[in-house]
Amino acid sequence: MAEIIVEGLSHTYSAGTPFQKTAIENINLRIPQGQFVGLLGHTGSGKSTFVQHLNALLQPTSGRVLLDGEDINKDKKTRRDVKWKVGLVFQYPEYQLFEETVYADIGFGPKNMGLGKEEIDERVREAASFVGVEPELFEKSPLELSGGQKRRIAIAGVIAMRPGVLILDEPTAGLDPAGCRQIMDNICRYQRETGATVLIVSHNMDDAARLCERLIVFDHGGVVMDGTPEEVFSRPQELIQIGLAVPQSTAIAMALQEKGLALKGAVYTHEQLLMAVEAAKGAALC
Amino acid sequence: MLKDITLGQYFPGDSLIHKLDPRTKLIAVVLYIVALFQAKGWIGYGAVTLATLILMAISHISFGNIFKGLKPMLFIIVLTALLNIFYTTGTPVVEGWIITWEGIDRAVKMILRIVLLITGTFLLTYTTSPMALTDGLELLLNPLKKLHVPVHEMTIMMSMALRFIPTLIEETDKIMSAQKARGADFETGSLIQRAKALLPILVPLFVSAFRRADELAVAMESRCYHGGEGRTRMKQLHLAGRDYAALVVSALFLAGIIVLRHFGL
Ligand SMILES: Nc1ncnc2c1ncn2[C@@H]1O[C@H](COP(=O)(O)OP(=O)(O)O)[C@@H](O)[C@H]1O
Ligand SMILES: [Mg+2]
Repeated sequence: MAEIIVEGLSHTYSAGTPFQKTAIENINLRIPQGQFVGLLGHTGSGKSTFVQHLNALLQPTSGRVLLDGEDINKDKKTRRDVKWKVGLVFQYPEYQLFEETVYADIGFGPKNMGLGKEEIDERVREAASFVGVEPELFEKSPLELSGGQKRRIAIAGVIAMRPGVLILDEPTAGLDPAGCRQIMDNICRYQRETGATVLIVSHNMDDAARLCERLIVFDHGGVVMDGTPEEVFSRPQELIQIGLAVPQSTAIAMALQEKGLALKGAVYTHEQLLMAVEAAKGAALC
Repeated sequence: MLKDITLGQYFPGDSLIHKLDPRTKLIAVVLYIVALFQAKGWIGYGAVTLATLILMAISHISFGNIFKGLKPMLFIIVLTALLNIFYTTGTPVVEGWIITWEGIDRAVKMILRIVLLITGTFLLTYTTSPMALTDGLELLLNPLKKLHVPVHEMTIMMSMALRFIPTLIEETDKIMSAQKARGADFETGSLIQRAKALLPILVPLFVSAFRRADELAVAMESRCYHGGEGRTRMKQLHLAGRDYAALVVSALFLAGIIVLRHFGL
């Protein structure tokens, strides 16, 4: 089980210098086991800073983070162990590949965990299959692969630790549409098959609407919205105000409403849009 | 965090020292260093120390910032002091002791000299942006172009290096975090283990440094960069009244220290 509780979390970078910057302030959240959570927010709103607290890469300036009721910063050992329990995939993770072969790079995390050779082998193969990397690539150098492949190998490197919580910081940034879809599908499959908690930082509102069961919106270092996609996307004006986009369907629905078509309810998927338009048409005919 | 390294960092501000022309500051620092090495007696050292404190006050640089920059040098400073204390012959502090008054005298002066040397150069880099610094240096070294010294190439290399230090530090920080997230351990283990643990940082760092170099070269070429010939600058440097005043004060200061030395002070 893996339940995350965040209490009064704040972080200030370079405290006490002229470059002092409070990136997040007083964040309180409870993320139960197995939830698929989307983190939204403008660039610089503190999302990356926040997620780096969840595996103790950054230490809170104040507040604490509990994993299954235990403070992850309790001591050096818990700080290290939490890295396997909470897997964090950084933005542009392909830049961290360093081993001579794809196989060794995916196995780096499990090796650090102190696992045996066979266990590592099993995990590497499993992680590779999760992200759709064929065993033929295992002996290749990660540096000679395409951008999308590199990205998937980097994600596999974290999945190979079998984290109960998987966090991905903008995993599709800079990929072509096919690459994006593939990676999102991989992540969903991991969540479905392992029951892990997934937190995903994303700027793609359509993905967020389609895949996440809960959305947390950051602005200026604080949480400004927290709820189901339905709750969050029923307040599109606020999202636009803090510099975010809305899903395509929501945008179309808003445009239609502006033109005088009365749509009911929150609209954030194509199906909902279709239904709302049909319903409005029906109402107009009566 | 790596980010907190202040060595050679620029603290923007608008004090008188910040506003001086970089050429003035470069020359003044040279004069300062010469003066520091000309100081002989306590009065000379006192004068240099006082001057440094005044400069710190004018440029709003706190002791904390200076101390942070000194920290990496602490070992060298302590070592020099100890060597001087123990290896100077003279009158023992207590009969039969190896420590002499002369040793203490020399040790304290040595510490002062190193600390002031570092502080002086820090005042330059804290108050002058790397760009201004290299521009100033290029102009100062311009006469060497007649001797076919590639001044422009050297200074543009220097400004690129300075420009990329923060980027590389940031990048190192990021790569370290990413590897730590996969359980890499940089803090414990034997020396060999720790050296090996650097590999996951160094490989990606070099890969990205080469990529950046490549991109930078393409970007420069596509903007028609072709070396220094006929190149003008966006920010023309002009010496103002305050620069001449600062230069005169620096020169007089050096002269004063030399005079003091003459009298053994
Ligand atoms: N290592 C750092 N040092 C100093 N400031 C930082 C650092 N990382 C992020 N920041 C600042 O903290 C704020 C939040 O950044 P970040 O967490 O990266 O936001 P996001 O991921 O939402 O774009 C930004 O203003 C950013 O400039
Ligand atoms: Mg970010």
